[in-house]
Amino acid sequence: MDSALLVHRLHFAFTVTFHYLFPQLTMGLAPLIVVLKWLGVRRHDETYNQAARFWARIFGINFVLGVVTGIPMEFQFGTNWSHFSRFAGGVIGQTLAMEGVFAFFLESAFLGLFLYGEKRLSPRAHLGSAIAVFLGSWLSGYFIIATDAWMQNPVGYERAADGSVQLSSFWELVFNPWAWWQYAHNMSGAAITGAFVMASVGAFYLLWGRHGEHARIFVRTGVIAGCIFSIVQLFPTGDGQGRMLVRYQPVTLAAMEGLFQGQPGAPLVIMGQPDVEARRIDNPFIVPKALSFLTYRRWSARVSGLNEFPEQLWPQNIPLLYYSYHIMVGLGTIFIAVLVVASWLLWRGKLFGTRWILWILLLSLPFPYIANTAGWMTAELGRQPWLVYGLMRTVDGYSKTVSAGNGMFTLLGFMGMYTVLGILFLFLVHREIEHGALGETPTPRVLASEAHAD
Amino acid sequence: METLWFIVVAVMLVAYVVLDGFDLGAGAIYLYAARNSNERRAILRAIGPVWDGNEVWLLAAGGTLYFAFPQLYASSFSGFYLPLMMVLWLLMLRAIGIEFRSHIENPVWQGFFDVVFFGASALLAIFFGAALGNVIRGVPLRSDGYFFEALWTNWRVGPDPGILDWYTVMTGVIALVTLTAHGALYVAMKTENEVNRRARNIALVLWPIQALLTIVSLIATYLIKPQILQNYRTHPIGFLIPILVAGSLAVMFWGIRRQKEKPAFLASGLYIAVMLVGAAFALYPVVLPASTDLSYSLTIYNCAAGRHGLTVGLVWWCIGIALALGYFVYIFRMFRGKVRMEEGGY
Repeated sequence: MDSALLVHRLHFAFTVTFHYLFPQLTMGLAPLIVVLKWLGVRRHDETYNQAARFWARIFGINFVLGVVTGIPMEFQFGTNWSHFSRFAGGVIGQTLAMEGVFAFFLESAFLGLFLYGEKRLSPRAHLGSAIAVFLGSWLSGYFIIATDAWMQNPVGYERAADGSVQLSSFWELVFNPWAWWQYAHNMSGAAITGAFVMASVGAFYLLWGRHGEHARIFVRTGVIAGCIFSIVQLFPTGDGQGRMLVRYQPVTLAAMEGLFQGQPGAPLVIMGQPDVEARRIDNPFIVPKALSFLTYRRWSARVSGLNEFPEQLWPQNIPLLYYSYHIMVGLGTIFIAVLVVASWLLWRGKLFGTRWILWILLLSLPFPYIANTAGWMTAELGRQPWLVYGLMRTVDGYSKTVSAGNGMFTLLGFMGMYTVLGILFLFLVHREIEHGALGETPTPRVLASEAHAD
Repeated sequence: METLWFIVVAVMLVAYVVLDGFDLGAGAIYLYAARNSNERRAILRAIGPVWDGNEVWLLAAGGTLYFAFPQLYASSFSGFYLPLMMVLWLLMLRAIGIEFRSHIENPVWQGFFDVVFFGASALLAIFFGAALGNVIRGVPLRSDGYFFEALWTNWRVGPDPGILDWYTVMTGVIALVTLTAHGALYVAMKTENEVNRRARNIALVLWPIQALLTIVSLIATYLIKPQILQNYRTHPIGFLIPILVAGSLAVMFWGIRRQKEKPAFLASGLYIAVMLVGAAFALYPVVLPASTDLSYSLTIYNCAAGRHGLTVGLVWWCIGIALALGYFVYIFRMFRGKVRMEEGGY
């Protein structure tokens, strides 16, 4: 692999992976904060308002990190992937600019209002600003997904005379069927992160024996929301995403599943190590015919394997793609098991006293992050060797004028910068969690739309 | 249609510089104008509610630039690779400097973030000025529309310039002086007592420097690029621009002397806007001139997106900006009146 290409790919991969740790929590927490706030308003229960305020503070810290690590993503389309931008900017410039104009203004305007305007607003208006923040963050997600979906399944474009692609149908771009499935799957994944983080902090308080009233709200809200979304994650959204692959990227599906030979009644590989050279799975643990059923709803249906596609169309890093996919699906299955058991205990009224399940909830915290990251790696590694599927190869898209040495310089710079940001983030969130939901706003902050006063 | 989008992008960038300019400037005077914790908090309070919203204009302008002129975005962002990455790092440092400073009441912690905030703000002002200098001076574009500039080469304006040469260093200094004065006037307008007095003093000291540098920059620009006056000759209405520049400088001087802080601040904003409009007017229809061969220059015609996309964009852009203005009007009405100390937030 050409080393400049490798550096530019690592550059984007590293910065986007770090970035997405923050928006997945803000997008996941936003609807839960709306629910807490709504319960507080409806039941006139101050405990729910305190809970909403506590999570809004965590949200605020995440939001700052999400913004500062998000700006480099927009820049990198031009700095590191200029040939791609020149080629595709006429189409994806639409969705990226719409994110700025529709989502960023909405989100940044109402976040200040929500975080610091509670005393000026009626409870309903405060709830309204929480809903506006929720809409802004989820809208932002849609425009990004629509951009990625266009790279996975380009629609609504035409070739211009200079070889670039230009928009031919705005509605086809916005209603790309791939985008809707990917969006549903991705947002449900973000909601799982939000739910697990909430439940995990609640479980921590219960095991610690502090902040019991809030802790029970956190665990209850987190477990119920997590249970719903982890099932939605499998069906219909995960299933729908799979069908998109069958239709538009069958070679990616074969690589993800580790299916080297196409066959009727194809087995589903649960575990095993792909040996690409020998075209087989080592130490396989399989469910016979299950892949055919999942793909076509018939046990004997024929599924295409890698052997049916020319090798230059194969994703380049099949083992990593295969593991990303299997880690995502494996963790998703474990989430369903944990949350169904926890929901059952909650229904029976035993959850808050059952220490082993609280321990499991507490220790689950990192895993939804891993699952979401693995999911994105599956999507992006699966798209290779294409940058825009079927239209432009990754090797043709990076900035040819930016040498490997210059790219490495800034990659290392970002690594150092993000290490510092990550430490600061953990430190500040740790303080919030120590203080708990009753703490008298321990975080005086400036990002307040408080003083538009003359 | 291309001209329309040229104007839209230019207006968004001007809005960004005028708006974020004063909080960058407030950062540049921060260590000097505010000496103790309370005074520093007063400055942060003055910019706290708005700096994040101001920065959104940079993102929205960047997104719109990408959408309307993808070729320009691709060429300039990859060509200015190193300085842009440093701008990103400075933006990050500045954001955490403002936001994380007040999380912990500890003089060591706060002192550290104070210096971070000051340094990042001042450097950003210089970087933005140097960037503008590069765009006016021209960059070594090749026939394929790409280029790459090292941070510096021989410090001379020539066919193989670096990001920094004597001309762009000068524009960087002008930007620093201008935005510092802009920020000082904003802080003066928003604060009282000692901070107010120091901020006014800064503006008073900077005014003659700013006026002198304005004249020097016009002469220097004419020296390195005599063709810069072409648009002014064909459209004499452009000569309104230098008149407005002189007028706004005069109003600034009057306002600073008479303690009319608000008119002085608005005049400073007008000065910045008019200087930038003057540069855009001189360049049009070129958006990135080539220092190698003028025919390689990027113009609004050879780097715009397709016609259909630009037309569709006009519809949603108008809707989006109307909505955004609606939010800000709503929030402004919500937060009218004096700051109340008992409210959460600080």
